[in-house]
Amino acid sequence: MRPRSEVELSEAIRAAVGPLAIMGGGTRRLGTDAGLVLETGGLAGVRLYEPGALTLVAGAGTPLAEVERLLAGERQRLAFEPPDLRGLMGREGVSTIGGVAAEGASGPRRVQAGGCRDAMLGVRFVDGRGEVVKNGGRVMKNVTGYDLVKLVAGSRGALGVITEISLKVQAVPETEVTLISETSGPEVLQAALRTPFDISGAASTKGHALLRIEGLAGSVAYRAGALKATLKGDWREVDGAESAAIWRDVRDVAEFAGRSGAVWRLVVKPTAAEGIVARLRAEAPVEALYDWGGGLVWLLTDAEAQVRETVGSDGHATLVRALPGMKQPLLPPEAPAVAALTARLRAEFDPRGLFAQGAA
Amino acid sequence: MDMPQPSRAVLSRRDQIVTGLRALLPADAVINDPTETRAYECDALSAYRCPPLAVVLPRTTDEVAATLRFCHENRVPVVPRGAGTSLSGGSMPTADAVVLGVARMNAVLETDYDNRFIRVQSGRTNLSVTGAVEAEGFFYAPDPSSQLACAIAGNVAMNSGGAHCLKYGVTTNNLLGVTMVTMDGTVVELGGPWAETAGLDLLGVVCGSEGQLGVVTEATLRILPKPEGARPVLVGFASNEIAGACVSDIIKAGILPVAIEFMDRPCIRACEAFARAGYPDCEALLIIEVEGSEAEITEQLARIKAIALSHDPVEFREAADEEQAKRIWLGRKSAFGAMGQINDYMCLDGTIPVSALPQVLRRIGELSRAYGLEVGNVFHAGDGNMHPLILYNANTPGQLETCEALGAEILKLCVEVGGCLTGEHGVGIEKRDLMGVQYDPADLEAQMRVKDVFDPRWLLNPAKVFPLDASATRRTG
Repeated sequence: MRPRSEVELSEAIRAAVGPLAIMGGGTRRLGTDAGLVLETGGLAGVRLYEPGALTLVAGAGTPLAEVERLLAGERQRLAFEPPDLRGLMGREGVSTIGGVAAEGASGPRRVQAGGCRDAMLGVRFVDGRGEVVKNGGRVMKNVTGYDLVKLVAGSRGALGVITEISLKVQAVPETEVTLISETSGPEVLQAALRTPFDISGAASTKGHALLRIEGLAGSVAYRAGALKATLKGDWREVDGAESAAIWRDVRDVAEFAGRSGAVWRLVVKPTAAEGIVARLRAEAPVEALYDWGGGLVWLLTDAEAQVRETVGSDGHATLVRALPGMKQPLLPPEAPAVAALTARLRAEFDPRGLFAQGAA
Repeated sequence: MDMPQPSRAVLSRRDQIVTGLRALLPADAVINDPTETRAYECDALSAYRCPPLAVVLPRTTDEVAATLRFCHENRVPVVPRGAGTSLSGGSMPTADAVVLGVARMNAVLETDYDNRFIRVQSGRTNLSVTGAVEAEGFFYAPDPSSQLACAIAGNVAMNSGGAHCLKYGVTTNNLLGVTMVTMDGTVVELGGPWAETAGLDLLGVVCGSEGQLGVVTEATLRILPKPEGARPVLVGFASNEIAGACVSDIIKAGILPVAIEFMDRPCIRACEAFARAGYPDCEALLIIEVEGSEAEITEQLARIKAIALSHDPVEFREAADEEQAKRIWLGRKSAFGAMGQINDYMCLDGTIPVSALPQVLRRIGELSRAYGLEVGNVFHAGDGNMHPLILYNANTPGQLETCEALGAEILKLCVEVGGCLTGEHGVGIEKRDLMGVQYDPADLEAQMRVKDVFDPRWLLNPAKVFPLDASATRRTG
């Protein structure tokens, strides 16, 4: 099914008799979806773009690349730099803005500019009853009624099909610089984020520490100097396209693309990250990539690694790419009181369980 | 503004209810003496008052849970209260309600600078959160103008903003986790000292739910390293249109000031008369503040100056020192006091797309003349959050009603141009009956279904947010 309007989508949902697999570009879903495929490609198109108000409104099926191209024309961008996970997931297809919103896909700049949820100003969606619902709007500050935008962001289609999203966008800064230390690991990231130098990326791969600074040229130069003076270790600088390429690779987890093994995504208390990885390594081979100052850890493991047990109460782990035979749920289990609220919300918005596949 | 009739069934059991609460809680935690409960009859929307049945002031999450469980079992409505600074009546009680105030729960539970968070009990005041971390060079970013008095509990309930949210976002962007008690007494932990959840973002919908989904007892808040310095400039313009165009150009240029404040002529005049800050006599005035090291401030202000000068300002005033910086802020910070000096006023809080600014200000001027009440505009221009202040005289019969009618027209205008009814004060009782202007019945139904999940009996702050007729069957059911 490929509805061309909210009305058609609503009718399709009302008429549905079994599970639906909501599909944007199919580039970032977890696992495999069962059910009748419901494509959002017919709900495409940028509806409004006001560069002076930093606002863009687009249909859910709009390709992410189209949004990014349009923004680039005004020297603007999505601050939360949504990852392109096609390489990691081994998928083809065209990522859509609806898929980005449904995953809550957020890249390295989350430490400074917030995640996808923080950039989402409004949504329209059709719930499992076929009701067309709008929430939020296109202004930066809005506390009118409940914030269902946050509830829908990152919900993986569990409550309904997103049809339209309004987003806060950001001007592209004139300069970006990455500081690289080959002698420092993830431990230096938290020290860097404690400084007032407004770091917009703090990652560690292959035993290197990476720090990104963006802004006006003079300001970037000042902060790069101040950081080097504050932090231990030897730091070198790269800028422009070279810097951008580094963060594209961090964002897309390029290091693990095309490699075999299970891929886990850990969202943890930053200072706990290294200990978790060390404890896992004591049991099995594990490769780790740290982003968000340690708050996000990507792991490449074999099937036996006891990831969730090791994370414990320091955060949670999503099994992004499973190996055949792995029995763990893809999403982390929730505490009973939270799981009960979540289940009741899903029952309210999707009483027939049409989107049961949605949350993997 | 109507409130539902108090439940006779509850009022008839008044003594039993108080006795029951006393049995569960320490002696000083339950107040029912009418001379004392009067202190809780209203919040900062003081035009509307009603003493509650009783007030409970717990000290722990367990005491909150015991109170809620008891009220749930006995079907007694509960109105949660932080510091009582709501401008929309968010914590105004009804005669059959127990007010549950968290003001005694104000401890700092944990500070963690490496992970950049603080965990506090929710009764702690906004400014004292920053106070707890500033020695280490950190601050808590959301800064509502009531920050000296307002509690984190209320900030979470209303998703409070402030003058600096252009750069740092509002409460929801700075809230990592909460401990919350739902109406049936269940304690729920949402989020934690990490960036985001993997499941449904319940924290996201709790923030801004105006105390209708649960009572937040603890909050984990993101703290940020304090910038090295900050400095404002003041720019005066010959028209609102030109000032609006200047704001838009600054934003488009990729400069991110921490604040862009806008005042129109009526407001400038009132402030000048009151505070004598030496503001230019002009149609519109911007105060733009930037942050960073000395060199960074200079660099940003040079860019802003170039943009501002291209718009032919009547004045561009820089601050050479701390004293001059203070003078630039002086008028703005006394704006509400200045307007209050002239008359009683009602402060509105709609948000509009920045592009609609000149059109909206023109229309507000027309409405002001049509209703015969003066309106001054002061607002956060960078994010379009307006605070029109309508002047009226509370002692003149009928003026409050005229003022409310004008306020409603202005808020409808905000929605009409693509904005919303409230940017940071919340709906409460004040804008409850205007919700239908912004949302269709299906939109409101979806929101009310969320409340059905968290509070199926609709006992928690029930007569707020949703138009009374829309929520009627749920509240009585």
